[in-house]
Amino acid sequence: MLEIRRDLVEAIIAHARRDHPDEACGIVAGPIGSDRPERFVPMANAERSTTFYRFDSMEQLKVWREMDDRDEEPVVIYHSHTSTEAYPSRTDIAYASEPNAHYVLVSTREELDEPDVRSYRIVDGEVSEEEVRIVAGAE
Amino acid sequence: MSIEVRIPTILRQYTGGAKAVEGTGDTLAALIDDLESRHPGLRQRLVDDGGLRRFVNVYLNDEDVRFLDGLKTQVSDGDSVTVLPAVAGG
Repeated sequence: MLEIRRDLVEAIIAHARRDHPDEACGIVAGPIGSDRPERFVPMANAERSTTFYRFDSMEQLKVWREMDDRDEEPVVIYHSHTSTEAYPSRTDIAYASEPNAHYVLVSTREELDEPDVRSYRIVDGEVSEEEVRIVAGAE
Repeated sequence: MSIEVRIPTILRQYTGGAKAVEGTGDTLAALIDDLESRHPGLRQRLVDDGGLRRFVNVYLNDEDVRFLDGLKTQVSDGDSVTVLPAVAGG
């Protein structure tokens, strides 16, 4: 299960909407081992593509070093699908490289009234969907 | 001579769980070979027939080695190498 504050979910959705029709991507960092997403970090999609995303390598180094300094890890890794459903694609599964992360997918496809937000664990090539529990919290 | 190599979570299975290991070599290629001698299996996660794997980022101090000399990049004592798997998908 992913438990996440409403303001973080709204920030993720706003980012996905802003970058549509390109895929948006980023992380929510939290204290190592806590499983608590706390700090929203939208990232640039270096591919700037409607069907692919990749964190810019230098931005990723900066963000990962920052997390290291703060004893954090990427609790959520999110990206958007702009014309397909919020389910991990074969490439999403193949490149999932943070075994402890919750992989959050947002679909901004136009048939939807509201973007769809779902969360998954992806470990050793296996995908399992999990409940997203949205909670209120300090803004 | 000693170069620190920081290892991402997903590759710690090759280093007995260690987040950083030490190695030696004049170039990144030689350093990776040196690490392989003590951590078998690590090299093939970093390198394939075409050179450095496309979705693995390797940094020498503050620079992505793709913008230096790739596997031929020279390394020296006191350098720090960081490995991060690319975060990507579609």
